[in-house]
Amino acid sequence: MNSAAKITAANLSRRTLKDKLFKGLVLFLSLITISPIVLIIYKLVEKGYRQISLDFIIKTPPNTFEAMTALSNGELIPGGIANGITGTLLMVVLASVIAIPVGVITGIYLYENPGKPLANLTRNISDILQGVPSIVLGLIAYMWIVKPITSGFSALAGSVSLSIMMLPMIVRSTEETLKMIPQSIKEAAVALGVPYYKVILRVLIPTGFSGLLTGILLGISRILGETAPLMLTALGSSVINLDITKPTSAVPLLIWEFYNDPNMVDLIWSSSLLLMGMVLTLNLVSKRIAARTK
Amino acid sequence: MELGKLPEKQFSQLLKVHQMNSDKITKGVLLLSSFVILFVAGGMIFSLVEGAIPALKSFGLSFIWSNNWNPTEGKENYGALPFIAGTIITSVAALLISLPLSFSVSLFLGEYYRGTRIAKILGTMVDLLAGIPSIVYGLWGFYVLRPLLIDLGLPNQGFGIFTASIILAIMIIPYATSLSNEIITMVPNELKEAAYSLGATRSEVIFNVVVPSARSGIIAGYILSFGRALGETMAVTMLIGNANIVPDGFFSTGNTMASVIANQFGEADGLKLSSLIAIGLLLFLITGIINAIGKYIIKRMG
Repeated sequence: MNSAAKITAANLSRRTLKDKLFKGLVLFLSLITISPIVLIIYKLVEKGYRQISLDFIIKTPPNTFEAMTALSNGELIPGGIANGITGTLLMVVLASVIAIPVGVITGIYLYENPGKPLANLTRNISDILQGVPSIVLGLIAYMWIVKPITSGFSALAGSVSLSIMMLPMIVRSTEETLKMIPQSIKEAAVALGVPYYKVILRVLIPTGFSGLLTGILLGISRILGETAPLMLTALGSSVINLDITKPTSAVPLLIWEFYNDPNMVDLIWSSSLLLMGMVLTLNLVSKRIAARTK
Repeated sequence: MELGKLPEKQFSQLLKVHQMNSDKITKGVLLLSSFVILFVAGGMIFSLVEGAIPALKSFGLSFIWSNNWNPTEGKENYGALPFIAGTIITSVAALLISLPLSFSVSLFLGEYYRGTRIAKILGTMVDLLAGIPSIVYGLWGFYVLRPLLIDLGLPNQGFGIFTASIILAIMIIPYATSLSNEIITMVPNELKEAAYSLGATRSEVIFNVVVPSARSGIIAGYILSFGRALGETMAVTMLIGNANIVPDGFFSTGNTMASVIANQFGEADGLKLSSLIAIGLLLFLITGIINAIGKYIIKRMG
Protein backbone atom coordinates (compact mmCIF):
# COMPACT_ATOMS: atom_id res chain seq x y z
CA MET A 1 0.00 0.00 0.00
CA ASN A 2 1.32 3.41 -0.81
CA SER A 3 1.24 6.14 1.79
CA ALA A 4 -1.69 8.06 0.30
CA ALA A 5 -3.92 4.99 0.42
CA LYS A 6 -2.77 4.33 3.98
CA ILE A 7 -3.79 7.82 5.05
CA THR A 8 -7.18 7.45 3.36
CA ALA A 9 -7.78 4.10 5.04
CA ALA A 10 -6.82 5.49 8.44
CA ASN A 11 -8.98 8.51 7.81
CA LEU A 12 -11.96 6.35 6.85
CA SER A 13 -11.71 4.15 9.92
CA ARG A 14 -11.44 7.27 12.07
CA ARG A 15 -14.59 8.67 10.48
CA THR A 16 -16.50 5.39 10.85
CA LEU A 17 -15.49 5.25 14.49
CA LYS A 18 -16.68 8.81 15.01
CA ASP A 19 -19.97 7.90 13.35
CA LYS A 20 -20.46 4.90 15.62
CA LEU A 21 -19.57 6.90 18.73
CA PHE A 22 -22.08 9.56 17.79
CA LYS A 23 -24.85 7.02 17.29
CA GLY A 24 -24.01 5.49 20.66
CA LEU A 25 -24.22 8.91 22.27
CA VAL A 26 -27.62 9.59 20.70
CA LEU A 27 -28.97 6.25 21.94
CA PHE A 28 -27.54 6.81 25.41
CA LEU A 29 -28.95 10.33 25.76
CA SER A 30 -32.34 9.25 24.40
CA LEU A 31 -32.49 6.54 27.04
CA ILE A 32 -31.60 9.06 29.74
CA THR A 33 -34.38 11.33 28.50
CA ILE A 34 -37.13 8.78 28.91
CA SER A 35 -35.84 7.38 32.19
CA PRO A 36 -37.61 10.02 34.35
CA ILE A 37 -41.05 8.88 33.23
CA VAL A 38 -40.24 5.29 34.22
CA LEU A 39 -38.63 6.37 37.49
CA ILE A 40 -41.48 8.73 38.41
CA ILE A 41 -44.21 6.16 37.75
CA TYR A 42 -42.21 3.52 39.62
CA LYS A 43 -41.82 5.81 42.64
CA LEU A 44 -45.52 6.70 42.71
CA VAL A 45 -46.61 3.06 42.47
CA GLU A 46 -44.05 1.87 44.99
CA LYS A 47 -44.99 4.39 47.65
CA GLY A 48 -48.64 4.96 46.81
CA TYR A 49 -50.29 1.67 45.93
CA ARG A 50 -51.06 0.57 49.51
CA GLN A 51 -53.23 3.60 50.13
CA ILE A 52 -55.38 3.09 47.04
CA SER A 53 -58.73 1.57 48.02
CA LEU A 54 -62.43 2.33 47.79
CA ASP A 55 -62.16 4.50 50.92
CA PHE A 56 -59.49 6.57 49.24
CA ILE A 57 -61.97 7.56 46.55
CA ILE A 58 -65.15 8.02 48.60
CA LYS A 59 -63.89 9.55 51.86
CA THR A 60 -62.49 12.96 52.74
CA PRO A 61 -59.03 13.45 54.28
CA PRO A 62 -58.57 13.02 58.05
CA ASN A 63 -57.57 15.99 60.14
CA THR A 64 -53.91 16.27 60.94
CA PHE A 65 -54.38 14.83 64.46
CA GLU A 66 -56.07 11.65 63.19
CA ALA A 67 -53.28 11.28 60.66
CA MET A 68 -50.67 11.68 63.40
CA THR A 69 -52.34 9.02 65.55
CA ALA A 70 -52.43 6.60 62.66
CA LEU A 71 -48.79 7.32 61.88
CA SER A 72 -47.63 6.73 65.44
CA ASN A 73 -49.54 3.43 65.52
CA GLY A 74 -47.86 2.45 62.30
CA GLU A 75 -51.17 2.24 60.45
CA LEU A 76 -52.19 3.58 57.06
CA ILE A 77 -53.59 7.11 57.22
CA PRO A 78 -57.42 6.76 57.14
CA GLY A 79 -59.72 8.63 54.78
CA GLY A 80 -59.33 9.64 51.17
CA ILE A 81 -59.47 12.48 48.70
CA ALA A 82 -63.13 12.53 47.72
CA ASN A 83 -63.28 16.32 48.12
CA GLY A 84 -60.41 16.67 45.68
CA ILE A 85 -61.86 14.26 43.13
CA THR A 86 -65.29 15.91 43.15
CA GLY A 87 -63.69 19.37 43.06
CA THR A 88 -61.47 18.46 40.12
CA LEU A 89 -64.43 16.96 38.24
CA LEU A 90 -66.61 20.00 38.98
CA MET A 91 -64.03 22.50 37.79
CA VAL A 92 -62.92 20.51 34.75
CA VAL A 93 -66.52 20.00 33.61
CA LEU A 94 -67.31 23.68 34.10
CA ALA A 95 -64.12 24.76 32.33
CA SER A 96 -64.98 22.44 29.42
CA VAL A 97 -68.52 23.80 29.21
CA ILE A 98 -67.05 27.29 28.88
CA ALA A 99 -64.11 26.52 26.60
CA ILE A 100 -65.33 23.82 24.20
CA PRO A 101 -68.21 25.66 22.44
CA VAL A 102 -66.29 28.93 22.10
CA GLY A 103 -63.12 27.11 21.08
CA VAL A 104 -64.77 24.91 18.46
CA ILE A 105 -66.77 27.79 16.94
CA THR A 106 -63.68 30.02 16.82
CA GLY A 107 -61.74 27.17 15.21
CA ILE A 108 -64.47 26.87 12.56
CA TYR A 109 -64.28 30.64 11.98
CA LEU A 110 -60.51 30.43 11.42
CA TYR A 111 -60.97 27.51 9.03
CA GLU A 112 -63.71 29.27 7.05
CA ASN A 113 -61.88 32.61 6.72
CA PRO A 114 -58.26 31.62 6.13
CA GLY A 115 -56.83 34.84 4.69
CA LYS A 116 -58.85 37.46 6.54
CA PRO A 117 -56.91 39.92 8.72
CA LEU A 118 -59.25 39.32 11.66
CA ALA A 119 -58.72 35.56 11.39
CA ASN A 120 -54.94 36.01 11.27
CA LEU A 121 -55.08 38.27 14.29
CA THR A 122 -57.26 35.78 16.18
CA ARG A 123 -54.91 32.93 15.27
CA ASN A 124 -51.83 34.84 16.43
CA ILE A 125 -53.48 35.97 19.66
CA SER A 126 -54.63 32.44 20.43
CA ASP A 127 -51.07 31.16 19.82
CA ILE A 128 -49.77 33.71 22.29
CA LEU A 129 -52.51 32.90 24.80
CA GLN A 130 -51.41 29.29 24.63
CA GLY A 131 -48.01 30.31 25.98
CA VAL A 132 -49.28 32.38 28.91
CA PRO A 133 -48.06 30.80 32.16
CA SER A 134 -50.87 29.19 34.13
CA ILE A 135 -50.06 31.23 37.24
CA VAL A 136 -50.83 34.42 35.32
CA LEU A 137 -54.20 32.93 34.36
CA GLY A 138 -54.76 32.41 38.09
CA LEU A 139 -54.10 36.10 38.71
CA ILE A 140 -56.54 37.00 35.95
CA ALA A 141 -59.33 34.80 37.29
CA TYR A 142 -58.67 36.25 40.73
CA MET A 143 -59.17 39.77 39.39
CA TRP A 144 -62.13 38.86 37.19
CA ILE A 145 -64.10 36.45 39.36
CA VAL A 146 -62.83 36.13 42.94
CA LYS A 147 -62.90 39.82 43.75
CA PRO A 148 -65.90 41.21 41.82
CA ILE A 149 -68.26 38.25 41.30
CA THR A 150 -68.00 35.57 43.97
CA SER A 151 -66.36 37.94 46.50
CA GLY A 152 -64.22 35.11 47.71
CA PHE A 153 -62.29 32.12 46.39
CA SER A 154 -64.53 29.87 44.32
CA ALA A 155 -64.79 26.89 42.01
CA LEU A 156 -66.10 29.25 39.32
CA ALA A 157 -62.88 31.29 39.44
CA GLY A 158 -60.83 28.09 39.20
CA SER A 159 -62.88 26.95 36.19
CA VAL A 160 -62.45 30.28 34.45
CA SER A 161 -58.66 30.16 34.80
CA LEU A 162 -58.66 26.57 33.49
CA SER A 163 -60.99 27.44 30.63
CA ILE A 164 -58.71 30.27 29.43
CA MET A 165 -55.91 27.72 29.43
CA MET A 166 -57.95 25.22 27.43
CA LEU A 167 -59.49 27.64 24.93
CA PRO A 168 -56.53 28.27 22.58
CA MET A 169 -55.66 24.54 22.51
CA ILE A 170 -59.18 23.72 21.31
CA VAL A 171 -59.21 26.57 18.78
CA ARG A 172 -56.02 25.37 17.12
CA SER A 173 -56.83 21.66 17.22
CA THR A 174 -60.25 22.37 15.70
CA GLU A 175 -58.75 24.41 12.87
CA GLU A 176 -56.05 21.81 12.16
CA THR A 177 -58.63 19.01 12.16
CA LEU A 178 -60.98 20.79 9.78
CA LYS A 179 -58.13 21.57 7.39
CA MET A 180 -57.70 17.83 6.85
CA ILE A 181 -61.31 17.30 5.75
CA PRO A 182 -61.52 17.06 1.93
CA GLN A 183 -63.01 20.25 0.49
CA SER A 184 -65.30 18.19 -1.76
CA ILE A 185 -67.37 16.92 1.16
CA LYS A 186 -68.24 20.45 2.18
CA GLU A 187 -68.84 21.51 -1.42
CA ALA A 188 -71.28 18.65 -1.91
CA ALA A 189 -73.35 19.88 1.02
CA VAL A 190 -73.28 23.49 -0.15
CA ALA A 191 -74.27 22.43 -3.67
CA LEU A 192 -77.37 20.75 -2.27
CA GLY A 193 -78.43 24.11 -0.89
CA VAL A 194 -77.98 23.11 2.74
CA PRO A 195 -78.05 26.11 5.07
CA TYR A 196 -74.67 27.16 6.41
CA TYR A 197 -75.32 26.18 10.02
CA LYS A 198 -76.36 22.70 8.89
CA VAL A 199 -73.15 22.39 6.86
CA ILE A 200 -71.29 23.02 10.10
CA LEU A 201 -73.41 20.86 12.38
CA ARG A 202 -74.10 17.95 10.02
CA VAL A 203 -70.97 17.88 7.86
CA LEU A 204 -67.92 19.63 9.33
CA ILE A 205 -68.31 18.62 12.97
CA PRO A 206 -69.29 14.96 12.40
CA THR A 207 -66.52 14.45 9.81
CA GLY A 208 -63.88 15.95 12.05
CA PHE A 209 -65.37 14.54 15.23
CA SER A 210 -62.53 12.27 16.29
CA GLY A 211 -59.99 15.03 15.66
CA LEU A 212 -62.03 17.44 17.75
CA LEU A 213 -62.36 14.84 20.48
CA THR A 214 -58.59 14.28 20.51
CA GLY A 215 -57.97 17.99 20.95
CA ILE A 216 -60.56 18.24 23.72
CA LEU A 217 -59.22 15.23 25.62
CA LEU A 218 -55.65 16.53 25.37
CA GLY A 219 -56.85 19.90 26.63
CA ILE A 220 -58.59 18.27 29.59
CA SER A 221 -55.53 16.18 30.42
CA ARG A 222 -53.49 19.41 30.49
CA ILE A 223 -55.77 21.18 32.95
CA LEU A 224 -56.38 18.16 35.21
CA GLY A 225 -53.01 18.47 36.90
CA GLU A 226 -52.86 22.26 37.14
CA THR A 227 -52.11 23.46 40.64
CA ALA A 228 -50.79 27.01 40.51
CA PRO A 229 -53.85 28.80 39.09
CA LEU A 230 -56.15 26.96 41.51
CA MET A 231 -54.12 28.14 44.49
CA LEU A 232 -55.06 31.69 43.52
CA THR A 233 -58.69 30.97 42.70
CA ALA A 234 -60.33 27.83 44.16
CA LEU A 235 -58.07 27.79 47.25
CA GLY A 236 -59.19 24.40 48.60
CA SER A 237 -61.75 22.99 50.99
CA SER A 238 -61.69 20.16 53.52
CA VAL A 239 -65.20 19.02 52.67
CA ILE A 240 -66.93 18.02 49.45
CA ASN A 241 -68.29 21.17 47.85
CA LEU A 242 -70.45 21.36 44.75
CA ASP A 243 -71.38 25.04 45.02
CA ILE A 244 -69.50 26.87 42.30
CA THR A 245 -69.43 30.11 44.31
CA LYS A 246 -67.60 28.50 47.25
CA PRO A 247 -63.95 27.54 47.72
CA THR A 248 -63.36 24.04 46.36
CA SER A 249 -60.61 21.50 46.60
CA ALA A 250 -58.95 19.65 43.72
CA VAL A 251 -56.62 16.66 43.63
CA PRO A 252 -53.49 18.75 42.86
CA LEU A 253 -54.44 21.25 45.59
CA LEU A 254 -54.73 18.38 48.07
CA ILE A 255 -51.29 17.08 47.06
CA TRP A 256 -49.92 20.55 47.81
CA GLU A 257 -51.65 20.57 51.23
CA PHE A 258 -50.39 17.09 52.12
CA TYR A 259 -46.87 18.04 51.03
CA ASN A 260 -46.90 20.93 53.48
CA ASP A 261 -48.27 18.91 56.43
CA PRO A 262 -45.71 16.50 57.95
CA ASN A 263 -48.46 14.26 59.35
CA MET A 264 -50.25 13.89 56.03
CA VAL A 265 -47.24 13.74 53.77
CA ASP A 266 -47.67 9.99 53.14
CA LEU A 267 -50.83 10.76 51.20
CA ILE A 268 -48.97 12.64 48.45
CA TRP A 269 -47.91 9.43 46.71
CA SER A 270 -51.31 7.81 46.41
CA SER A 271 -52.95 11.11 45.42
CA SER A 272 -50.29 11.70 42.76
CA LEU A 273 -50.68 8.13 41.55
CA LEU A 274 -54.41 8.66 41.09
CA LEU A 275 -53.88 12.02 39.36
CA MET A 276 -51.21 10.60 37.04
CA GLY A 277 -53.47 7.64 36.27
CA MET A 278 -56.22 10.00 35.17
CA VAL A 279 -53.92 12.25 33.14
CA LEU A 280 -52.00 9.47 31.39
CA THR A 281 -55.16 7.50 30.57
CA LEU A 282 -56.71 10.55 28.91
CA ASN A 283 -53.45 11.18 27.11
CA LEU A 284 -53.17 7.66 25.74
CA VAL A 285 -56.86 7.46 24.82
CA SER A 286 -56.60 10.68 22.82
CA LYS A 287 -53.44 9.40 21.09
CA ARG A 288 -55.25 6.18 20.25
CA ILE A 289 -58.18 8.06 18.74
CA ALA A 290 -55.82 10.26 16.76
CA ALA A 291 -53.86 7.27 15.46
CA ARG A 292 -57.02 5.42 14.44
CA THR A 293 -58.30 8.27 12.32
CA LYS A 294 -55.04 8.94 10.52
CA MET B 1 -101.22 30.67 4.10
CA GLU B 2 -99.78 27.18 3.88
CA LEU B 3 -96.42 26.83 2.21
CA GLY B 4 -97.58 24.07 -0.07
CA LYS B 5 -100.16 26.35 -1.65
CA LEU B 6 -97.67 29.06 -2.59
CA PRO B 7 -96.80 29.52 -6.24
CA GLU B 8 -93.48 27.85 -7.03
CA LYS B 9 -91.59 31.10 -7.61
CA GLN B 10 -92.72 32.72 -4.40
CA PHE B 11 -91.91 29.58 -2.44
CA SER B 12 -88.34 29.42 -3.65
CA GLN B 13 -87.90 33.12 -2.94
CA LEU B 14 -89.19 32.69 0.57
CA LEU B 15 -86.85 29.77 1.10
CA LYS B 16 -83.93 31.83 -0.17
CA VAL B 17 -84.66 34.75 2.14
CA HIS B 18 -85.05 32.43 5.08
CA GLN B 19 -81.84 30.66 4.27
CA MET B 20 -79.91 33.88 3.74
CA ASN B 21 -80.97 35.05 7.15
CA SER B 22 -79.87 31.84 8.79
CA ASP B 23 -76.55 32.00 6.95
CA LYS B 24 -76.03 35.55 8.13
CA ILE B 25 -76.77 34.57 11.71
CA THR B 26 -74.36 31.62 11.49
CA LYS B 27 -71.63 33.84 10.13
CA GLY B 28 -72.36 36.35 12.86
CA VAL B 29 -72.00 33.70 15.55
CA LEU B 30 -68.69 32.55 14.11
CA LEU B 31 -67.41 36.11 13.99
CA LEU B 32 -68.61 36.83 17.50
CA SER B 33 -66.86 33.82 18.99
CA SER B 34 -63.57 34.88 17.43
CA PHE B 35 -64.01 38.19 19.23
CA VAL B 36 -64.13 36.26 22.52
CA ILE B 37 -60.43 35.39 22.24
CA LEU B 38 -59.49 38.96 21.35
CA PHE B 39 -61.64 40.20 24.22
CA VAL B 40 -60.05 37.76 26.68
CA ALA B 41 -56.54 38.70 25.59
CA GLY B 42 -57.27 42.43 25.65
CA GLY B 43 -58.98 42.09 29.02
CA MET B 44 -55.99 40.24 30.42
CA ILE B 45 -53.59 43.02 29.50
CA PHE B 46 -56.01 45.64 30.79
CA SER B 47 -56.56 43.90 34.14
CA LEU B 48 -52.87 43.18 34.67
CA VAL B 49 -51.92 46.78 33.94
CA GLU B 50 -54.73 48.09 36.10
CA GLY B 51 -53.72 45.81 38.99
CA ALA B 52 -50.07 46.75 38.62
CA ILE B 53 -50.61 50.53 38.62
CA PRO B 54 -50.32 51.09 42.42
CA ALA B 55 -46.97 49.30 42.50
CA LEU B 56 -45.66 51.02 39.38
CA LYS B 57 -46.80 54.40 40.75
CA SER B 58 -44.94 53.89 44.04
CA PHE B 59 -41.73 52.49 42.62
CA GLY B 60 -41.71 53.70 39.05
CA LEU B 61 -39.74 51.75 36.50
CA SER B 62 -37.07 51.06 39.13
CA PHE B 63 -39.46 48.26 40.17
CA ILE B 64 -37.81 46.25 37.41
CA TRP B 65 -34.21 46.65 38.56
CA SER B 66 -34.58 47.15 42.31
CA ASN B 67 -33.49 44.08 44.24
CA ASN B 68 -35.06 45.06 47.53
CA TRP B 69 -38.09 42.93 48.41
CA ASN B 70 -39.20 44.01 51.85
CA PRO B 71 -42.77 43.47 53.07
CA THR B 72 -42.14 44.87 56.57
CA GLU B 73 -44.86 47.42 57.36
CA GLY B 74 -43.63 51.01 57.22
CA LYS B 75 -40.51 50.05 55.27
CA GLU B 76 -42.43 48.36 52.46
CA ASN B 77 -40.44 48.21 49.28
CA TYR B 78 -40.80 45.85 46.35
CA GLY B 79 -38.38 45.23 43.50
CA ALA B 80 -38.65 42.49 40.89
CA LEU B 81 -34.97 42.04 39.99
CA PRO B 82 -34.35 38.92 42.15
CA PHE B 83 -37.25 37.15 40.46
CA ILE B 84 -36.49 38.31 36.94
CA ALA B 85 -32.90 37.16 37.42
CA GLY B 86 -34.00 33.85 38.98
CA THR B 87 -36.45 33.18 36.16
CA ILE B 88 -33.97 33.89 33.40
CA ILE B 89 -31.09 31.98 34.99
CA THR B 90 -33.14 28.84 35.72
CA SER B 91 -34.74 28.87 32.28
CA VAL B 92 -31.45 29.37 30.41
CA ALA B 93 -29.81 26.65 32.50
CA ALA B 94 -32.77 24.34 31.86
CA LEU B 95 -32.53 25.01 28.13
CA LEU B 96 -28.78 24.26 28.11
CA ILE B 97 -29.27 21.01 30.05
CA SER B 98 -32.14 19.92 27.81
CA LEU B 99 -30.35 20.74 24.53
CA PRO B 100 -28.27 17.56 24.11
CA LEU B 101 -31.13 15.41 25.40
CA SER B 102 -33.87 16.75 23.16
CA PHE B 103 -31.53 16.92 20.18
CA SER B 104 -30.71 13.24 20.65
CA VAL B 105 -34.37 12.32 20.94
CA SER B 106 -35.26 14.19 17.76
CA LEU B 107 -32.44 12.44 15.89
CA PHE B 108 -33.60 9.10 17.31
CA LEU B 109 -37.19 9.73 16.19
CA GLY B 110 -36.63 11.67 12.98
CA GLU B 111 -33.45 10.12 11.60
CA TYR B 112 -32.00 6.95 13.10
CA TYR B 113 -35.21 5.03 13.81
CA ARG B 114 -37.73 6.98 11.80
CA GLY B 115 -41.06 5.19 11.44
CA THR B 116 -40.05 2.10 13.40
CA ARG B 117 -41.91 0.54 16.29
CA ILE B 118 -39.23 1.48 18.79
CA ALA B 119 -39.42 5.11 17.69
CA LYS B 120 -43.17 5.01 18.28
CA ILE B 121 -42.68 3.74 21.83
CA LEU B 122 -39.96 6.28 22.59
CA GLY B 123 -42.06 9.07 21.08
CA THR B 124 -45.07 8.14 23.19
CA MET B 125 -42.94 8.11 26.33
CA VAL B 126 -41.47 11.52 25.57
CA ASP B 127 -44.99 12.84 24.95
CA LEU B 128 -46.05 11.43 28.31
CA LEU B 129 -43.36 13.58 29.92
CA ALA B 130 -45.49 16.55 28.87
CA GLY B 131 -48.49 15.00 30.60
CA ILE B 132 -46.94 14.71 34.06
CA PRO B 133 -48.36 17.47 36.27
CA SER B 134 -45.90 20.08 37.46
CA ILE B 135 -46.56 19.25 41.10
CA VAL B 136 -45.64 15.59 40.55
CA TYR B 137 -42.33 16.68 39.02
CA GLY B 138 -41.86 18.81 42.12
CA LEU B 139 -42.45 15.88 44.45
CA TRP B 140 -40.07 13.67 42.52
CA GLY B 141 -37.44 16.39 42.53
CA PHE B 142 -37.90 16.92 46.24
CA TYR B 143 -37.87 13.27 47.35
CA VAL B 144 -35.67 11.59 44.73
CA LEU B 145 -33.43 14.08 42.95
CA ARG B 146 -32.64 16.35 45.89
CA PRO B 147 -31.26 13.62 48.21
CA LEU B 148 -29.14 12.44 45.29
CA LEU B 149 -27.67 15.91 44.80
CA ILE B 150 -27.06 16.31 48.54
CA ASP B 151 -24.97 13.12 48.41
CA LEU B 152 -23.00 14.68 45.58
CA GLY B 153 -22.20 17.63 47.84
CA LEU B 154 -24.70 20.24 46.69
CA PRO B 155 -25.08 23.04 49.30
CA ASN B 156 -28.33 24.44 50.76
CA GLN B 157 -29.80 20.97 51.37
CA GLY B 158 -30.03 20.44 47.66
CA PHE B 159 -32.34 23.40 47.02
CA GLY B 160 -31.47 26.01 44.45
CA ILE B 161 -31.12 27.08 40.85
CA PHE B 162 -29.31 23.91 39.78
CA THR B 163 -31.91 21.46 41.13
CA ALA B 164 -34.79 23.49 39.73
CA SER B 165 -33.07 23.70 36.33
CA ILE B 166 -32.64 19.94 36.07
CA ILE B 167 -36.33 19.31 36.69
CA LEU B 168 -37.28 22.15 34.34
CA ALA B 169 -35.03 20.66 31.67
CA ILE B 170 -36.89 17.34 31.84
CA MET B 171 -40.24 19.14 31.75
CA ILE B 172 -39.50 21.12 28.57
CA ILE B 173 -37.92 18.30 26.53
CA PRO B 174 -41.21 17.23 24.89
CA TYR B 175 -41.91 20.79 23.73
CA ALA B 176 -38.51 21.07 22.05
CA THR B 177 -38.56 17.61 20.45
CA SER B 178 -42.09 17.59 19.04
CA LEU B 179 -41.28 20.40 16.63
CA SER B 180 -37.66 19.65 15.76
CA ASN B 181 -38.38 15.94 15.23
CA GLU B 182 -41.13 16.84 12.78
CA ILE B 183 -38.83 19.18 10.86
CA ILE B 184 -35.95 16.69 10.81
CA THR B 185 -38.31 14.07 9.37
CA MET B 186 -39.20 16.47 6.58
CA VAL B 187 -35.62 16.97 5.31
CA PRO B 188 -35.75 15.72 1.68
CA ASN B 189 -34.16 12.32 1.09
CA GLU B 190 -32.44 13.53 -2.12
CA LEU B 191 -30.27 15.90 -0.10
CA LYS B 192 -29.15 13.14 2.23
CA GLU B 193 -28.63 10.66 -0.60
CA ALA B 194 -26.42 13.14 -2.41
CA ALA B 195 -24.20 13.41 0.64
CA TYR B 196 -24.11 9.62 1.13
CA SER B 197 -23.11 9.12 -2.49
CA LEU B 198 -20.12 11.37 -1.89
CA GLY B 199 -19.07 8.96 0.83
CA ALA B 200 -20.27 10.80 3.90
CA THR B 201 -20.95 8.84 7.07
CA ARG B 202 -24.29 9.11 8.81
CA SER B 203 -23.10 11.55 11.48
CA GLU B 204 -21.52 13.69 8.76
CA VAL B 205 -24.84 13.72 6.91
CA ILE B 206 -26.60 14.73 10.11
CA PHE B 207 -24.27 17.64 10.85
CA ASN B 208 -23.74 18.84 7.28
CA VAL B 209 -27.14 18.22 5.72
CA VAL B 210 -29.91 17.47 8.19
CA VAL B 211 -29.15 20.04 10.88
CA PRO B 212 -28.47 22.95 8.51
CA SER B 213 -31.66 22.40 6.52
CA ALA B 214 -33.79 21.85 9.65
CA ARG B 215 -32.08 24.65 11.54
CA SER B 216 -34.89 27.18 11.90
CA GLY B 217 -37.37 24.51 12.99
CA ILE B 218 -34.98 23.22 15.62
CA ILE B 219 -34.32 26.74 16.89
CA ALA B 220 -38.04 27.57 16.99
CA GLY B 221 -38.66 24.42 19.04
CA TYR B 222 -36.04 25.45 21.57
CA ILE B 223 -37.43 28.98 21.80
CA LEU B 224 -40.93 27.66 22.49
CA SER B 225 -39.62 25.28 25.14
CA PHE B 226 -37.71 28.19 26.70
CA GLY B 227 -41.04 30.04 26.89
CA ARG B 228 -42.48 27.05 28.74
CA ALA B 229 -39.63 27.09 31.24
CA LEU B 230 -40.15 30.79 32.04
CA GLY B 231 -43.65 30.24 33.36
CA GLU B 232 -43.36 26.93 35.21
CA THR B 233 -44.51 27.33 38.78
CA MET B 234 -45.03 24.40 41.11
CA ALA B 235 -41.98 22.24 40.45
CA VAL B 236 -39.71 25.28 40.64
CA THR B 237 -41.36 26.57 43.82
CA MET B 238 -40.71 23.25 45.52
CA LEU B 239 -37.03 23.12 44.59
CA ILE B 240 -35.52 26.56 44.18
CA GLY B 241 -35.33 27.44 47.88
CA ASN B 242 -37.57 30.52 47.70
CA ALA B 243 -34.96 33.08 48.75
CA ASN B 244 -35.79 36.59 47.59
CA ILE B 245 -32.26 37.41 46.50
CA VAL B 246 -30.49 37.80 43.19
CA PRO B 247 -28.79 34.39 42.82
CA ASP B 248 -25.00 34.66 43.08
CA GLY B 249 -24.20 31.45 41.31
CA PHE B 250 -25.42 28.25 39.80
CA PHE B 251 -25.82 26.48 43.13
CA SER B 252 -27.35 29.45 44.96
CA THR B 253 -30.95 29.47 46.12
CA GLY B 254 -33.32 31.96 44.53
CA ASN B 255 -36.87 32.55 43.43
CA THR B 256 -38.63 32.97 40.10
CA MET B 257 -41.41 35.31 39.00
CA ALA B 258 -43.95 32.51 38.85
CA SER B 259 -42.94 30.98 42.16
CA VAL B 260 -42.94 34.24 44.11
CA ILE B 261 -46.53 34.83 42.97
CA ALA B 262 -47.53 31.34 44.07
CA ASN B 263 -45.71 31.66 47.39
CA GLN B 264 -46.66 35.11 48.53
CA PHE B 265 -50.11 35.53 47.03
CA GLY B 266 -51.92 34.00 50.01
CA GLU B 267 -51.03 36.71 52.51
CA ALA B 268 -50.84 39.57 50.03
CA ASP B 269 -52.95 42.70 49.83
CA GLY B 270 -52.50 46.36 49.04
CA LEU B 271 -49.13 47.30 47.65
CA LYS B 272 -47.75 43.76 47.90
CA LEU B 273 -50.64 42.31 45.89
CA SER B 274 -50.16 45.03 43.31
CA SER B 275 -46.43 44.23 43.12
CA LEU B 276 -47.19 40.54 42.57
CA ILE B 277 -49.63 41.48 39.79
CA ALA B 278 -46.91 43.71 38.30
CA ILE B 279 -44.59 40.69 38.30
CA GLY B 280 -47.38 38.74 36.60
CA LEU B 281 -47.60 41.46 33.96
CA LEU B 282 -43.85 41.32 33.35
CA LEU B 283 -43.98 37.52 33.11
CA PHE B 284 -46.89 37.79 30.67
CA LEU B 285 -44.94 40.23 28.50
CA ILE B 286 -41.70 38.21 28.54
CA THR B 287 -43.37 34.90 27.68
CA GLY B 288 -45.52 36.66 25.07
CA ILE B 289 -42.47 38.09 23.33
CA ILE B 290 -40.55 34.81 23.44
CA ASN B 291 -43.52 32.89 22.03
CA ALA B 292 -44.13 35.47 19.34
CA ILE B 293 -40.49 35.12 18.22
CA GLY B 294 -40.82 31.33 18.11
CA LYS B 295 -44.07 31.46 16.15
CA TYR B 296 -42.61 34.05 13.79
CA ILE B 297 -39.72 31.75 12.92
CA ILE B 298 -42.13 28.86 12.32
CA LYS B 299 -44.32 31.03 10.12
CA ARG B 300 -41.34 32.20 8.07
CA MET B 301 -40.42 28.57 7.35
CA GLY B 302 -43.90 28.20 5.81
